[in-house]
Amino acid sequence: MSVSEESFAYTPGLRVTPLTYVRKLRSLPVKGQILVKVGDPVEFDTIVARCYLEGMPQILKVAELLDVDTEEVPRYLLKKKGDPVKKGEIIARLRAAFGLINKTVLSPIDGYVEDINEITGNITIREPQRPVEVAAYVRGKIDEVIPQEAVVVGTWAAYVQGIIGFSGERFGELRVAVSNPEDILTPDKIFESDHGKIIVGGSFVNLDALEKARKIGVKGIITGGADIEDLEKLIGTRMGVAITGREELGFTLILTEGFGKLPISDKAFEILKDNEGKIAAINGATQVRAGVLRPEIIIPKNLSGKMKIEDEDVEEGKMKVGSIIRIIRYPYFGKLGRVVRLPVELMKIETESLVRVVEVELEDGKRVIIPRADVEIVTE
Amino acid sequence: MEPSYILATDVGSTTTKARFFGKVDGRWRFIASGEAPTTVEKPVEDVTMGVRNAIREVEELTGHMIMDNAKEELSILMPYKGDKVGVDIYVSTSSAGGGLQMLVQGVVKSITAESAQRAALGAGAIVMDVLSVDDGRDDYYKIETLRFLRPDIVLLAGGTDWGDKTHVLEMTELLSKARPRPRLGAEYLLPVVYAGNVAVREEVKKMLRDNFEVIITDNLRPKIEVEEVEQARNAILYLFMEHVMAHAPGYDKLKKLVSTSIMPTPAGEGMMIRTFSEMKGVNVIGVGLGGATTNIYSNFEGRFLRTVSANLGMSYSVGNVFKEAGAENVLRWIPFEMDVKDLMEVVYNKMIRPTTIPITVEDLVIEHSLAREAIRLGFNHHKYLARELKGVKKERTISDIFEEVKPEDTYIEMFDVSHIIGTGGLLSRAPRRNQSMMILTDAFQPRGFTSLLQDSVFMMPHLGVLSTIQKEIALDIFEKECLVYMGTIVAGVGTDKIGAKVATIELEWDDKKKTFDLSFGQIIREPIPKEINVKIRVNPSSNFDFGNGFGKSVERTISGGVVGVIFDGRGRPIYLPEDEKERKKLLISWYDSIELYPESKIEEWRKGL
Repeated sequence: MSVSEESFAYTPGLRVTPLTYVRKLRSLPVKGQILVKVGDPVEFDTIVARCYLEGMPQILKVAELLDVDTEEVPRYLLKKKGDPVKKGEIIARLRAAFGLINKTVLSPIDGYVEDINEITGNITIREPQRPVEVAAYVRGKIDEVIPQEAVVVGTWAAYVQGIIGFSGERFGELRVAVSNPEDILTPDKIFESDHGKIIVGGSFVNLDALEKARKIGVKGIITGGADIEDLEKLIGTRMGVAITGREELGFTLILTEGFGKLPISDKAFEILKDNEGKIAAINGATQVRAGVLRPEIIIPKNLSGKMKIEDEDVEEGKMKVGSIIRIIRYPYFGKLGRVVRLPVELMKIETESLVRVVEVELEDGKRVIIPRADVEIVTE
Repeated sequence: MEPSYILATDVGSTTTKARFFGKVDGRWRFIASGEAPTTVEKPVEDVTMGVRNAIREVEELTGHMIMDNAKEELSILMPYKGDKVGVDIYVSTSSAGGGLQMLVQGVVKSITAESAQRAALGAGAIVMDVLSVDDGRDDYYKIETLRFLRPDIVLLAGGTDWGDKTHVLEMTELLSKARPRPRLGAEYLLPVVYAGNVAVREEVKKMLRDNFEVIITDNLRPKIEVEEVEQARNAILYLFMEHVMAHAPGYDKLKKLVSTSIMPTPAGEGMMIRTFSEMKGVNVIGVGLGGATTNIYSNFEGRFLRTVSANLGMSYSVGNVFKEAGAENVLRWIPFEMDVKDLMEVVYNKMIRPTTIPITVEDLVIEHSLAREAIRLGFNHHKYLARELKGVKKERTISDIFEEVKPEDTYIEMFDVSHIIGTGGLLSRAPRRNQSMMILTDAFQPRGFTSLLQDSVFMMPHLGVLSTIQKEIALDIFEKECLVYMGTIVAGVGTDKIGAKVATIELEWDDKKKTFDLSFGQIIREPIPKEINVKIRVNPSSNFDFGNGFGKSVERTISGGVVGVIFDGRGRPIYLPEDEKERKKLLISWYDSIELYPESKIEEWRKGL
């Protein structure tokens, strides 16, 4: 099967769209209770499901602590299986030699006696169950209920995917702090009044600005790029693999382009600017593996019924002659261009690799040959 | 009856790769390949869909009908019916859904925990963590670790037979209380392979039976001086198929179609390297340098070992390679100006956009430098486990895995390794073969006389699983269709001043003779093809050992390859000057002498000095 020049190529790209129907699956970690029904309207922080997670166990080496044989342990126990215990409460006591020897074992936690192990002579105290609540995360309505497990929240929204993010789900009012995508987000552009807001920067955010944002209580920062060393300082650890979302930063950070000084794409910037003042839900969780997960910005719209979804082709990743693409690899990183040719045959590039390529006309009119793996579609 | 056509697939984490082999003119040949995205996640949760798409590509390329397209479900036409219809054998490997992920528990870190780790790795697993009584973590953290990780299988070992019971029971209790949940599907019990002290089997079963499926095998350390991992390894492979894969979407269907059990991809890869080593009677080291992991295999003096470094890879895990190796180790192979910040941007942007490929030669050089470091770190990890059995407690921490292991600690003697085989996207797609040859050389630093090979098309896992039922056919295809002989590297141990004589080399082949001196810091390439056997005599100076001792001559007959024979005068360990300018100058001279990168680029770098 041959591919003609008029044909297209599939290329991965991040979803950036002013309007789409977003469906978010909100799952419980273990089976539990669903608190809403299909059709219910929900807010960002509406609790939609609840479950209880088993508490942490603590194993007490009673035989060892009392210095007795394992089978003797039950003789010295003051509690039986299932009994509730308080932190500091005596669980086992050994008195001998007319009170000269007096050994006790205290509970290190509040909980209950789960197990008395005759084989090891250990006792397990388990913390009480911990409730876990799942919020709707976006404003919308309940589209689907999976009994005991999950719900699907649906909403019409503007949707922007980033390339990597840090920390998890938050929501807040969007404020665009820069006038164009090339600007740098510096501390002087973040104010006390930004407490609780999501700040949109431009091409770069420096460490001082990130630290100021944390101090003020900003909910989120969205920017094109940042310095990897700054981020490692902020997270407090060195990065190894792109699996994020659990960082405790105090706010959520989303980079739309990558590491370095990289302007937010015009399209994403436009969408964020158009929605300034609206409430957005953001999540920095990223997983760059099979089943890839990218950070996201969802700005729900108060719309209902069937709407036209824009850029459907782009979402599917169709690249054709005329498509506007962005190059995502050095030395042209971030440059926009128009596809002028999609050669069928493999071509030798500077590295001497034989690869499938795309010929691109850059904004300054210069034409370059780029591996297809190194571009993403911006728009038709 | 001998088969005529064989189909093999590997259901990888991102791509399903079909390889089609047939007997053409009395010789086994690799005929065609087909690739398609693996379908293990929404919207198509059925691996057979990806397999079908990959096979369809083979059908389109060859006109050979392999599937029964009248059926709705994937169905392979077997046996071969003549007239390009059907195949005789269909085999498959799989690493979909992240492969086989295991948690290992033992009593003493350097004894049972280490043996258990070897058993798990040998079965093709990624070891998520190794817990032992003496690992320095208190019980609370061990429980937290157990609860957080979601393994496919747990391997629990500890104690010699009829020896101490307490510690292994304590480890069992930790597991029973933490109740880790299986990674795939919450509806089944997590399998635990118990391979510890036989005296407490019943107690272990009693403690675990409510929340786990317990499988008992022979103790893998029945005596302190004996290690028997085979039974535990087989139990893991069985569970992988019957239990873990059964919960992956579509595997129940695939399982019914294959001629022999589906094997984890790295187990297939390792099996091929082992088979090659055994049939040739030579010591072999192999490396599978992937996007997410680096697998190292060794078959040394009859001892086979496989290790996987789960977070060392060239795309998804490239950030980790940089982190573990350190900027200075990556930069030491780069002959042009590059600061750490720029390097980090290249590395981490690759990590978040793992499918992108280098556009410039400089970017390619950076990837090659990272590849050297990934293999070096993976090999250190391997050497850490390629040690004699330990019977005494030795204080070690988890970070020791990435520390340089002293040569005397490992039983792998590089002078006695005759073949090094490389596989993986970066190596097989290297624009020049000498690039992969140098990556392997710099990473493994072979000594004496070593043949370097790599696979032309990724098919080692396929051939590995095939070798379980058709050993000779698999080996025949491996040698004639899969392996590319890059050449032989000749290197001596020692160091000296730059320019000092390392050895006088005498070569003799056909009716030709050649004698030359190799200087310290120099690399010489002789473009000798594989078909030519060369008699070689190395007369080293007193500071160098080529296998017979310092200053002692060595005679061998070796062959070349697509790159040829490389005489490596850089010493062992490879000498790199500390002074940055000197180091770059030396790198440029090496890259120039073996034409590693385009001449114009090398000139540009030279001018930049």
